[in-house]
Amino acid sequence: MEIFTRHKRFWLVAPAVIYIGFFMGLPLVQMAYVSILERGANGGVNWGSFSFDSYISFIFERDLMDNLMVNTDYLQIFLRSFGLSALTTVLALILGFPTAFYIAMQPQKRRNMFIFLVTIPFWTNILVRNYAWMLLLRNGGLIDHFLASVGIQTGGLDILYTPYAVSIGLTYTYLPFMVLPIYASLEKLDHRLIEAAFDLGANKRKAMTRIILPLATPGIVAGAILVFIPCLGAYVTPELLGGGKFMMISNLIGSQFGAARNWPFGSALGFVLLAMVLLAMLVYSLKFKKLPEDAS
Amino acid sequence: MKIDRANPLWRFHGITPMAIFFFAYLYLPIIVLLVLSFNENRLATIWTGFSTKWYSVVLGNDDMLRSAKNSLIIALSSTIIATIAATLAAMGMARGRFRGEGGVAAMLTLPLLVPEIVTAIATLLFFIVIGVKLGLLSIIIAHTVFCIPFAYLPIRARLDGMDPALIEAANDLYANEWQAFKRITFPLLWPGILSGAMLSFIISLDDFVISYFVGGAGSTTLPIYIFGMIRIGITPEVNAISALMLIISIVFVSISFLIDRVRY
Amino acid sequence: MSEVVISARSVSKRFGSGTHAVHALDDVSVDIFQNEFFTMLGPSGCGKTTLLRLIGGFEQATAGEIALEGQVLNDLPPFKRPINTVFQSYALFPHLTVRQNITFGLEMQNISRPDAAKRADEMLELVRLSQFGDRQPSQLSGGQQQRIALARALAPAPKVLLLDEPLSALDLKLRKEMQIELKRLQTETGITFVFVTHDQEEALAMSDRIAVMKAGKILQIGTPRDIYETPTHRFVADFIGDSNFLQGDIKQNGSHAVLTLPGGQNVSLANVDTGTRLSQTATIGIRPERLMLHPAGTSDSALRGKIADVVYFGTDTTYHIAIDDQTALLARVQNRDGSTMAYAKGNDVDISLPAGAIRVLVD
Repeated sequence: MEIFTRHKRFWLVAPAVIYIGFFMGLPLVQMAYVSILERGANGGVNWGSFSFDSYISFIFERDLMDNLMVNTDYLQIFLRSFGLSALTTVLALILGFPTAFYIAMQPQKRRNMFIFLVTIPFWTNILVRNYAWMLLLRNGGLIDHFLASVGIQTGGLDILYTPYAVSIGLTYTYLPFMVLPIYASLEKLDHRLIEAAFDLGANKRKAMTRIILPLATPGIVAGAILVFIPCLGAYVTPELLGGGKFMMISNLIGSQFGAARNWPFGSALGFVLLAMVLLAMLVYSLKFKKLPEDAS
Repeated sequence: MKIDRANPLWRFHGITPMAIFFFAYLYLPIIVLLVLSFNENRLATIWTGFSTKWYSVVLGNDDMLRSAKNSLIIALSSTIIATIAATLAAMGMARGRFRGEGGVAAMLTLPLLVPEIVTAIATLLFFIVIGVKLGLLSIIIAHTVFCIPFAYLPIRARLDGMDPALIEAANDLYANEWQAFKRITFPLLWPGILSGAMLSFIISLDDFVISYFVGGAGSTTLPIYIFGMIRIGITPEVNAISALMLIISIVFVSISFLIDRVRY
Repeated sequence: MSEVVISARSVSKRFGSGTHAVHALDDVSVDIFQNEFFTMLGPSGCGKTTLLRLIGGFEQATAGEIALEGQVLNDLPPFKRPINTVFQSYALFPHLTVRQNITFGLEMQNISRPDAAKRADEMLELVRLSQFGDRQPSQLSGGQQQRIALARALAPAPKVLLLDEPLSALDLKLRKEMQIELKRLQTETGITFVFVTHDQEEALAMSDRIAVMKAGKILQIGTPRDIYETPTHRFVADFIGDSNFLQGDIKQNGSHAVLTLPGGQNVSLANVDTGTRLSQTATIGIRPERLMLHPAGTSDSALRGKIADVVYFGTDTTYHIAIDDQTALLARVQNRDGSTMAYAKGNDVDISLPAGAIRVLVD
């Protein structure tokens, strides 16, 4: 017997679904609509006047003669966002996989504690986390001090407000998302498979590359997506650790609703970002969601 | 995996050092921040002695307290609304299939998928168009949206882990649907509900991006206030207030985690 | 037998619809009597649990009627039926104590607290766990949880107790103990027990009557002795105990019928009820312990075979005997006086089939 009949289920689910639909679904649809409107003379939009300027101005700009000229400023920001996200994903994988493997090899009780330790930073304020890195990375900060005291580096470290600082911060922020899914797939892995590999003459490197890594692939893919996608939409880290000089997509979007006051362009950028994220999720769910079942 | 770690067969090169580096990387900034918040020096990064004076300075700051109060009002309101909606939704979704189930599930996780900045600007535009004044109310509405999935997931997990025969047993022993819910389902569910509520609470308390865009004058939240301070510069006050935020979050997550481990 | 308590009339249950529909029960009718220990036996997926859940009210029949003492139950929810269930997983409420579990059903029926407490004590005593009332279910062993589940279901004094494979989670030794315990409880309380199991030994040991089910239908209902000794279907004979099946053509041969095996040998069916199976291909069944072996050439009317294998089991010895290319028999002989085995592999042997032990089966 079901806990509740179908009829009652509908009413149980309705409040949450209607709430999210009204306050998130509708706004997203409206955003898509605003993105094809004409920009108002002093900010805002001209409702009812359609224009694809927002999408055109992503790559082109009009010069004084009203000719379209290629403008790569925005494209650069997109490329930078992709580049930083890719770099972050790779760094997170390099750090995350061994950690997940380490945790999976612990006794059951300790695993939970480690997993908890991995997740704690995720729940802390993102400003605070990035601020902590400012303390560490700035000139005269802790790392600078340490390097100077052991004589490796004298003078300023000059790393804060560079893309390096941004990628350190991004990796820090999204690292837990890499560890958790990889851990989940390693935890399920039958250790006898690895023993069988040893038994059949595989050394540790071979056991790792031929057995463990392939079986952890679904987790690695999930982790990569869970790191890459939120990274693409990062706002705070480039703002604080990049000092506002190294904008990513989110900062560009945000600025259209601040100083730039170009809502249609901001909406268009938002729509593109959203589309990329949803597309990535769609591809993932179609291609990889079934993998763990097939593998078992 | 279930292995004997004393067995050298299971020693893979580089795994342990990498894991140690990982946890150092994860916790070094947090520990440094906590330590420096007790530094008496005005120059925020050089240790000269222990002091709690920056905490007193921060806790005596009226602007800070006002923003903390705003944050609490927002977090409490959105947590309550989100938790109720999420509890109902979880009970509607648990077990038994219905048409449109996939769509409902997608809707419930949508707030987790949409990039924060997109949520922020879309909601901002929406509020401007439908005429919601930007302030505490607009932030509460927006926070509730992304709090729902955070509350939903642990509650749903609890329900899925519950033996469906328990409800049948209650019905079998003459409890009608409402009695079965009151006496069996709810008491078994409450750790999940409480855990979900606490997660919503921290997520709301910590949110910066969405509050920053959909808030207005007079609705400055603690993270927005901290952001303003960081913009001005690294100061011992920021250290202290950041450390406070950090501690609150960690305490709440730990409690949520412990509650969720309650098993009968 | 005494009066009918539960009566199912042409009950069908279909899950899903269209091409994905599963017919869990197909036009099943059965009467269950007062004070009876009634068992529904069959492999998984045979519909036994579905029938139990229909009686309990956890599922609704697609067609047909289920009545309790003549009153149709179909539209009553489980909480309005004076029928209680012992669940396969026990389903003890984990957040309540043992005593609170037992009084739950009484409280829901608005029985006063002192009366409920008194009843709980009686129940705890009945299942011999008096000192465990204040424990949490998780502090009990599997066997103890089982007894508490019984006590809880018996506390409201239901007209019928449903038991859904309640012993399946217990180890063998405990299962044997609980079989005796269940039988004792049923006799002491006088409540009708409807028991579902896939374990034929369990069914034989405890039941007054057994319904053997397959693919949503009841094939045979009878006492354990009926079911074992006079199975009507090949499936029944095969599912309960071991059986030999001989397939051949039934013909009239003078005064009596014979079954001609593919190899040409005849089995006499004198004094065997062949029903309407004359001049047809048919299957007969006979239990291995009912076969009698004789040294080759000492019995005229017997089948002749060759010992293919001998397996010693301690209390008995099993002989695998080849009759012809397509027919083999299993004979079980008790080892009475510790004598050496009478037949060795490769020996020829005569096998006689007593008429009373032969059953002509429905395939």
